[in-house]
Amino acid sequence: MQPLLEMRSITKTFPGVKALDTVNLTVMPGEIHALVGENGAGKSTLMKVLSGVYPAGSYEGEIHYDGKLAEFRTIRDSESVGIIIIHQELALVPLLSIAENLFLGNERAGGGVIDWHETFAQTEKHLARVGLNEPPSRLVGKIGVGKQQLVEIAKALAKDVRLLILDEPTAALQENDSQKLLDLLLELKLHGVTSIIISHKLNEVRRVADRVTVIRDGTAVSTMDARAEPISEERIIRDMVGRDMAHRYPERERKVGPVLMEVKGWNAWHPEQTERQVIKDVNFNVRAGEIVGIAGLMGSGRTELAMSIFGRSYGRNISGSVLMNGKPVDVSSVKSAVGSGLAYVTEDRKELGLILEEPILRNISLANLEGISSGGVLNKAEEQQVAERYRKAMRIRTPGVYQRVVNLSGGNQQKVVLSKWLFADPQVLILDEPTRGIDVGAKFEIYGIMNDLVAQGRGVVMISSEMPELLGMCDRIYVMNEGRLVGELAAAEASQERIMAHILRN
Amino acid sequence: MANTTEPGTAPARKGVLAYLGSHLREYGMLLALLAIMIFFQIVTGGTLLKPVNITNLFLQNSYIIIMALGMLLVIVAGHIDLSVGSVAAFVGAISAVLTVNVGLPVIVVIPLCIVAGMLIGAAQGYWIAYWRIPSFIVTLAGMLVFRGLTLWLLGGQNIGPFPKSFQSLSTGFIPDLFGVDKPNVTAIVLVAAAAAALVWLAVRARQRNAAYGIQQEPTAMFWIRNAVIAGALVFVGVQLAYFRGLPNVLIIMSILIVAYAFFTESTVMGRRIYAIGGNLKASRLSGINADRLTFLAFVNMGALAALAGMIVTARLNSATPKAGVGFELDVIAAVFIGGASMSGGVGKIVGVVVGAFIMGVMNNGMSIMGIGIDYQQVIKGLVLLAAVIFDVYNKSKQG
Repeated sequence: MQPLLEMRSITKTFPGVKALDTVNLTVMPGEIHALVGENGAGKSTLMKVLSGVYPAGSYEGEIHYDGKLAEFRTIRDSESVGIIIIHQELALVPLLSIAENLFLGNERAGGGVIDWHETFAQTEKHLARVGLNEPPSRLVGKIGVGKQQLVEIAKALAKDVRLLILDEPTAALQENDSQKLLDLLLELKLHGVTSIIISHKLNEVRRVADRVTVIRDGTAVSTMDARAEPISEERIIRDMVGRDMAHRYPERERKVGPVLMEVKGWNAWHPEQTERQVIKDVNFNVRAGEIVGIAGLMGSGRTELAMSIFGRSYGRNISGSVLMNGKPVDVSSVKSAVGSGLAYVTEDRKELGLILEEPILRNISLANLEGISSGGVLNKAEEQQVAERYRKAMRIRTPGVYQRVVNLSGGNQQKVVLSKWLFADPQVLILDEPTRGIDVGAKFEIYGIMNDLVAQGRGVVMISSEMPELLGMCDRIYVMNEGRLVGELAAAEASQERIMAHILRN
Repeated sequence: MANTTEPGTAPARKGVLAYLGSHLREYGMLLALLAIMIFFQIVTGGTLLKPVNITNLFLQNSYIIIMALGMLLVIVAGHIDLSVGSVAAFVGAISAVLTVNVGLPVIVVIPLCIVAGMLIGAAQGYWIAYWRIPSFIVTLAGMLVFRGLTLWLLGGQNIGPFPKSFQSLSTGFIPDLFGVDKPNVTAIVLVAAAAAALVWLAVRARQRNAAYGIQQEPTAMFWIRNAVIAGALVFVGVQLAYFRGLPNVLIIMSILIVAYAFFTESTVMGRRIYAIGGNLKASRLSGINADRLTFLAFVNMGALAALAGMIVTARLNSATPKAGVGFELDVIAAVFIGGASMSGGVGKIVGVVVGAFIMGVMNNGMSIMGIGIDYQQVIKGLVLLAAVIFDVYNKSKQG
């Protein structure tokens, strides 16, 4: 059979860096081809070469599509032959309807006048194909992220997609939406749509991929066929990081001390929908030297719980008490919560955690400017030394602490956020999805940092949607569902099945 | 960013030119100001830098610079203030009523008017900070309201003249304590001392940074920059000394510039204002009281607009209903020419001062050349646009 796509010896250099080095990628018609690799390995660059974001001539090597040499100069060129890329950050306009979004740039129109009848009819058709049951006139901003993802795919279908490229399509989705999306890919495959999926989630890759190509440091390390026999995750990880990862979670000596923080009778209501109680009578505690997990589905209220405790940053009519070392403390503002020894590392680094345009050192000092100043006057030399200290301790990979954080990879950005909060010297850290969007190698380092934190006698609350990570890291796991804590499991007795059972039973 | 230069990946020892090339964004506007001054110095046949004209330059631009200092904080915090021209006019009118009609002494009027400005700033800042109403709308309303109140307070008339003591706020000069007067030795001594202090502070900061291993600009660049700045200061001082000495308003302005430069670069509060402009949500979650800082930025703006209003009134020697019309545009333009970002979080005091002088020198130079007000506006608009395009271009080049 003739391959649908053949990328031959693609080399792409940026000033000073070779992002891709003689990469070969072959995609057969009707297959789902997974592209895996650490952040910065070159996956996205390869897809940008393919889709014409980097025009023909700006790279070396050849692209053969449908047996013919293809030279795409713009995204439009690649789209015209049916190559459609769906980026991680969805390219939808929230204030336009589903139908308008579906045909954005591809309007059903005669002489510049939109044929609404045709637009809506075709939208209905494409929505049915992706299994989205929403009226075409609905505003995209009013539907969830999972459904928005489906709209993106419907949009691709409206452009007669032949090769669909999805860049981490499930990164922002909750479990059941992810499953639906993967099912849809398998369904589209039956109808002849070929896909390339970039993902960090190896279980998903194993589930849908016919073949897997691993990219490391700008080269294609290996391509594995999953149809013959299943590929082991260990094999993929080994190729990704270039070494064996015998232990995905670093070892830790478990030494649990007295109760550090206790939350009693915590309640919170939705900020706009005043009738809706988001957090319902939550009680939990964290001990010194302990990593406590909070498991739960998306929307179960975990982030809302953390943010309502951390300076009432979420919700209204909040009630309940927080005790540190047995004494009630004031957490009514972020400042007083930090003063009480609490820190919250947000799930959304870029929006809520960092000032992207500012350099590393200013981000690290932000939550504790008192620590590098006297009488309200900053000591910049001290600020620089503090930043250097954390750069070394956290192994933040950067040419220097004056580098703007926007230029760092996800893992290094997360280390900057962690440094910021460590410099505030909290007793208890709440880490909300600390490894989201971070590659395998950096995840391991973040786990190591968490172990160091508890070894220092601090307490850590870890909110995560990845159950293996909770099971691998935590001493104790609370299960949250619909605003309540519905179960508490010791590490020894916890398993994915038991956690799910707690969620489903309630 | 701050006064330390970004080391990046570049080696420490590079040629001055190469360094300038890679830091064009930081030095660009200063070079542009120099070029503009040289240009007008030539085409006006040397009139631009004559003692009397330099004095005029300061008198004409002092209030723009004073307001631009506050506007920088507002813009860095992610807001805008369109009302400053009207507020300046209104406070000028208040000062006229209190001084001329009521007969209060100047020493009482000035603090009262500053407080009035703060109250006006607070009234606007309250809605912006605590009710989250866009500053554009609140201050657009303020622009109309305070213009209207100015007309009402003055009854459509001019109020004046002022006693000498009030006029000295703008048109007064520091007398020569050495009794020479031509040249004014006090002016020369003060300016020379200021230049020496600036260089000394810069050298000390450089040594401290070196001790901590912070990478900095090349040594040659450091000395050239400081020599140019100190030389310019001394030149200006000597020129002023041959007219009437240092204007009072220059002293006020200089103190404020130094104070605000220090505030923005070296204080916790200043840093936090940059943080809320850079990422409001992240700053809140880092324990920063963003609402209060926004509120205070507007209170501060009100105080500076009040001061500027009194200086304008003192300069004209009467409060007029038309005072301060369009000031807000000059002030905002100075801030953006100086490199501030519309989206907040970026901008420096030095940049603002340079930006204001670019506008000021062009106004002054074109007036001397006799260019009509019509062309002047066109040219100023194009300069604003060019400055911002230059900034954006440099930013995209940096990647």
